[in-house]
Amino acid sequence: MKLKYAVPAGLLAVSILFAGCANNDNESSGNEAPAASNNTALNVPAASAEPAANVKAVDFTSAIEQYRAYVIEQCDQFVKETETFTNAVKAGKLEEAKALYAPARMYYERIEPIAEALGDLDPNIDARENDVDAADWRGFHKIEKSLWEGKTTEGTSEVADRLLQDAQLLRAKVETAEIDANLLVTGAVELLNEVSSSKVTGEEERYSHTDLYDFVANVEGAQKIYELLKPELAKKDPALEQTIGEKFAALQAELAPFKSGDGYVSYEALKEEEIRTLSQNLDALAEPLSNMGTILGV
Amino acid sequence: MKKSDPLLGKKLSRRDMLRLTGVGGLGLLLGGGGIGGIMATRGAAAQVPAAEVKEDTIPFYGSHQAGILTPSQNFLYFASFDLTTTKLADVKKLLELWTTAAAALTSGSLIGNINDNPHLPPSDTGEAAGLTPARCTLTFGVGPSFFDGRFGLASKRPAKLADLPAFKGDDLEPKWSGGDLCVQACADDLQVAFHAIRNLARIARGTAVLRWTQEGFQRTGGADPMGTTPRNLLGFKDGTGNPDVTNAAEMQKIVWNSSGDGPAWMNGGTYMAVRRVRLRIEIWDRSTLNDQESTFGRYRHSGAPIGAKDEFDDLNLKATDHSGKPIVPPDSHSALAHGDGTVKMLRRSYSYSSGMDLTTGQLDAGLLFISFQRDLVKQFVSIQERLSKNDRLNEYMVHTGSAVFACFPGIREGGTIGESLLG
Repeated sequence: MKLKYAVPAGLLAVSILFAGCANNDNESSGNEAPAASNNTALNVPAASAEPAANVKAVDFTSAIEQYRAYVIEQCDQFVKETETFTNAVKAGKLEEAKALYAPARMYYERIEPIAEALGDLDPNIDARENDVDAADWRGFHKIEKSLWEGKTTEGTSEVADRLLQDAQLLRAKVETAEIDANLLVTGAVELLNEVSSSKVTGEEERYSHTDLYDFVANVEGAQKIYELLKPELAKKDPALEQTIGEKFAALQAELAPFKSGDGYVSYEALKEEEIRTLSQNLDALAEPLSNMGTILGV
Repeated sequence: MKKSDPLLGKKLSRRDMLRLTGVGGLGLLLGGGGIGGIMATRGAAAQVPAAEVKEDTIPFYGSHQAGILTPSQNFLYFASFDLTTTKLADVKKLLELWTTAAAALTSGSLIGNINDNPHLPPSDTGEAAGLTPARCTLTFGVGPSFFDGRFGLASKRPAKLADLPAFKGDDLEPKWSGGDLCVQACADDLQVAFHAIRNLARIARGTAVLRWTQEGFQRTGGADPMGTTPRNLLGFKDGTGNPDVTNAAEMQKIVWNSSGDGPAWMNGGTYMAVRRVRLRIEIWDRSTLNDQESTFGRYRHSGAPIGAKDEFDDLNLKATDHSGKPIVPPDSHSALAHGDGTVKMLRRSYSYSSGMDLTTGQLDAGLLFISFQRDLVKQFVSIQERLSKNDRLNEYMVHTGSAVFACFPGIREGGTIGESLLG
């Protein structure tokens, strides 16, 4: 699912249902329409749904606040590194810009589900060439194409300016973005799905081949959420908590050989079977990770 | 044996051959050669009650091609061909040969006359011998490239037949796209469908080559005797909102071309859109039931629209919950596909599974989407534009192939596929 922003407070009843009957106001915002399953009381209209009395309420306030702090910290770095990058682009320093490109993006990739929940910010910052109409295409990948394929910084000055503005806008918006337990749970899976659907195939960074930077950042973003929810998960389902931990470690181990200096090797250097092993390890992690929703109750 | 042999008024049916094997022994048929073997064949064939095979047979001839309004068979074998000849006469000859072969394939007869000469390769490849027609239908069409300069037919290209525009998120590969000619083979038996395409491709050798093929399947009638709406590989019922093929007026409006729609040669024909849609199965499998149902706008178990009870309940897009929010998400697949309900097309899709993606180790599986419509732009394109921009389902799929074809009007007995176009 794409996480949606701008949630009316009127959804309280829904999100109580949805987010596991939590009883604190901080997470009163379900961020999805109630597409309830029809095998339980969920298929009645949300208005008539009552929290089940036997489900123990879980307080996610602390996890949510810690996650917000993490998002803000990543965003601060993102704006800073993006500015360094766009300055290099505008100064015509081709090689410097190329070196700054992938590391700057990692801050964004770690918190991508939040950006996706914020209207058009994600396409404006991160759209690939065929994701949007040609006239609307802007952001990192437009500059990427120029730097690697066009081998020039020329003609990208305006795109660079807008990119920095978009990054700053993202930073401003995350301050008040609605974050609830459900977003954390689905966001972690969403980050791995991002890897599955575009990074693993090498489509994300089709000109620079810096896909491994995004790959690693997405996984780190998911791991952060896991770490924040870990105490609750350990209470509810210790075996699941342990499995997820092991699968994160297994994936990190598979990624380790591709480190190169402060960064990662070009995705073009990977053999097909190496990519396949990474992809399979990712799926092996994402499958149990998708069961973290168990802490939300029913 | 010769086609014109008066003794051979009736073709050898594949099932007759099976029976005959029991009666007179295989040797009689295969080794007999010449007239003796044929005579014996005819004698046995006469004993088979015609009614017995009828339910397995969909008439090949008619005012419209079969395989369009025909209730979906269990299996699909779709083939797109490129013409290698540059002579129109060769194309005409191919369509004549295909017509004869298609009549045999859809009636369960062996193709050609050389099936018992020990000195020649049999004209029918034989793997469907002894099988019923299994409701085999063969549907033929021509793509936009058929009307390029090669055959002098540019002026006959219907304005409505053009390559589809690029849709947002498309990741089309040439190896799954386009084609000068298409054959949609459907049957209740995959071997029968495969046999049809294999033999048509064989007949085409030297004139046309396969460009791409795709097998398709759905739950079989055997596994679902009640014939409920089939489920796609995402586990949801697919086709609930399809128009009623028994409503002739509706089909005239939605599917068939008639005078005034375009060139006269398309009267009684229809336009086909084919999209190879790979589903991101692994990602779907880890999305919550709630997400899955919001994505489709329907309940997984019953197929009912969210907020409704029965699969066939109206999709009420105006219904809101207590907070004024639509109950069926406006960006759900059902809501967007439905739109305001005025534009419809006839879908006849099949699931596919093409082994594994060697790069990712994930399943290469999805949907071979096929729709028939009177007007590609007004129907398929307008709906797909809406879906490609906003459909929640886009996160779980990628369109990897695309083709459009003008499917000829029906073939009259004694006529030839495409004769309204080629004379």
